[in-house]
Amino acid sequence: MTTTLNAPSTTPDDPTGAPAGTATTPGRLTPEQLETFGEEMDAIRQRVLADLGEADAAYIRNVVKAQRAFEVAGRALFYLPPTWPLAVASLSVSKILDNMEIGHNVMHGQYDWMGDPGLNSRMYEWDNVCPSEQWKNSHNYIHHTYTNILGKDRDIGYGVLRMDEDQPWHPYYLGNPLYAFLLMVFFEWGVAMHDLEVENLVAGKRKVSENKALHAGIMRKVRRQAVKDYLLFPALTGPLFPLTFAGNATANLVRNVWAFNIIFCGHFPAGVATFSQEECEDESRGQWYFRQLLGSANITGGKLFHLMTGNLSHQIEHHLFPDLPARRYPEIAEEVQEICERYELPYNTGPLGKQLFSVARKICRLALPGRPSAAADTAPVPEAAEAA
Amino acid sequence: MGIATSVLRSRTLAALTSPHGVDRYLELVNPMWAAHEVRARVVDVHREVDVPGHPPVATITLQPTSTWRGHRAGQHVQVGVEVDGARRTTRVFTISSPDSRPGDRFTITLRANPDGVVSRHLVEQARPGTTVHLSQAQGEFVLPDAVPERILLVSGGSGITPVMSMLRSLQRRTHRGHVTFLHYAQSPEHQIFATELDEIRRSGHGIDVRLLHPELGDPALSPAYLERLVPGYRDVPTWACGPAPLIEAVQRCYDDSPALRLEYFKPPRAAGSDAAEGDVVFSRSGASGANTGDTLLDQAEALGLQPESGCRMGICFSCVSRKSEGTVRNVLTGEQSSLPDEDIRICVSAPVGDCTVDL
Repeated sequence: MTTTLNAPSTTPDDPTGAPAGTATTPGRLTPEQLETFGEEMDAIRQRVLADLGEADAAYIRNVVKAQRAFEVAGRALFYLPPTWPLAVASLSVSKILDNMEIGHNVMHGQYDWMGDPGLNSRMYEWDNVCPSEQWKNSHNYIHHTYTNILGKDRDIGYGVLRMDEDQPWHPYYLGNPLYAFLLMVFFEWGVAMHDLEVENLVAGKRKVSENKALHAGIMRKVRRQAVKDYLLFPALTGPLFPLTFAGNATANLVRNVWAFNIIFCGHFPAGVATFSQEECEDESRGQWYFRQLLGSANITGGKLFHLMTGNLSHQIEHHLFPDLPARRYPEIAEEVQEICERYELPYNTGPLGKQLFSVARKICRLALPGRPSAAADTAPVPEAAEAA
Repeated sequence: MGIATSVLRSRTLAALTSPHGVDRYLELVNPMWAAHEVRARVVDVHREVDVPGHPPVATITLQPTSTWRGHRAGQHVQVGVEVDGARRTTRVFTISSPDSRPGDRFTITLRANPDGVVSRHLVEQARPGTTVHLSQAQGEFVLPDAVPERILLVSGGSGITPVMSMLRSLQRRTHRGHVTFLHYAQSPEHQIFATELDEIRRSGHGIDVRLLHPELGDPALSPAYLERLVPGYRDVPTWACGPAPLIEAVQRCYDDSPALRLEYFKPPRAAGSDAAEGDVVFSRSGASGANTGDTLLDQAEALGLQPESGCRMGICFSCVSRKSEGTVRNVLTGEQSSLPDEDIRICVSAPVGDCTVDL
């Protein structure tokens, strides 16, 4: 059984009469409403696709230029020991832009229409120990197709955390906050290991031989990243080797912490729905959009903040339209919110602090057995709607 | 230059610029700097012929980056242009200038095809200074290193470019043998390289230039005509390039003679109104079948192929494949696309008429 977001407080007049959490069509839209809802989403998509052009190309090229500039500046500033913090900051910004606004979005195929091999989903490789090829499978395919379906979307808990009440409790989960902290610190390594399904190996559901094909790719990528950040660039600064080494490690850490937090705010604040596999059988297009909407959460903020999150602060829009250029999400968000209001659907958003607190609370609460009270879980939703 | 190039291509620099690669940094400083990729700057745009009511033909002179490895006469190159700075489209053009060495300037000569994004852009919009993207030269339609004593070059329309490159190379190499150069054009006004060919014809040196205009009464290509011009032509090494009707005529004249080498561009076959017609070809595996109207992914699987795929709903981009020919319809949007060499998501693309996919 799965708790869906049509929790009592948001759906007191559920016309289907279905109690929350049963394996029926999630939410409270009738099949007809779901169909028109899907059509409205498709219409947004079509309108944006038809409008893609020079401005979108110029935007992503400018972001790439900025990222390269921050990278070069960061590497260069390590030669001046007093500017060490500035060098780390610059390199951190470079790695964040590379992974989020550029890498994540390019690998979704958002810029394939440009025909530029440097911005093509099949060719792009990011500054991260996870090989892009493997990430595209676990993220673009598995996570984006089966978003928040328990047992299918491996991003729920990343195989190490208990992030949903319906994951059965086990004493192992007493360490939930500790595991979350470690995952945050070593996030890029966690992402790289994601495809290996270590938890399934331990449980005997997966054989080591099935991972053989993945090992070579991961090792190659790990070697390249490590040689660059922990050997070559530090060596090039000569006697400053330890400082540069530490600086590069810090920049990777900053990127890890930032990416982890933004991504966890996108799916795990209170009020985000999860779904059972039965609920999602023979899903219509409208239902798919519906699940993406209920399974994601946004973070409010300014332009610079959105850029630094790779626009994953618009996780809802990203999940509805993963292949549309991310710079379009803010404008799309207005339309999506208007649609949500009309269909009386929740739109989960809030400032970073609030979403972070909500995620942290969930990580700690789910370390313990037992189900949380429905009120505690859904209370933030109406607030969130106001915040939007 | 040598040292700079070896530094740019060194493993150390590749490791330092990983994962993006050296070129992704160099291009930001100067589009003409490259370690691996090939780009070129347009140096000159020269109108060859401009017959009113007909698409103009122009010769574009390109200065490639030092990464250009040179070409052999008869080869072609893929040229990519960015239209309005956003969408890069790539087309193949034959090179019209003589053999080039690494980094050498070369020319392409092309007609501004009214439906051709790239050719129109190059002929009508390109100015000296415009940057274009290039592949290395490709193609087996070339002269051998040791050119036979006697050869025949046959071309029609804009198919003249590869054989013109050969003719120019032969002149530069001071070939002493006998060359027959046969070209078919609509009218003298349409003749590309008319002045140069006229000079070659007058200066002699064993080159027999025949410019023919069948629409004005000149003899069409036939075994009898060829036999009169080049006795025993079936055994004379021949290079022919032109539109499909000319190529078919040449093939009829030569039967299966191994002396004949051909190059031609098939015009895209227009798609009919009904989606489920024509044939679907998966070129890498060699599988093919009648178009069922299903998505390309379904049709490939029905033929026993196992292409990489994921969501089957167009969102995850796992199934992106190169469509080399034909028209596809996006089953979600109804949008049709006929671009050659286009990346498509086969899970949401259904062929309309004939279609070839690299799978």
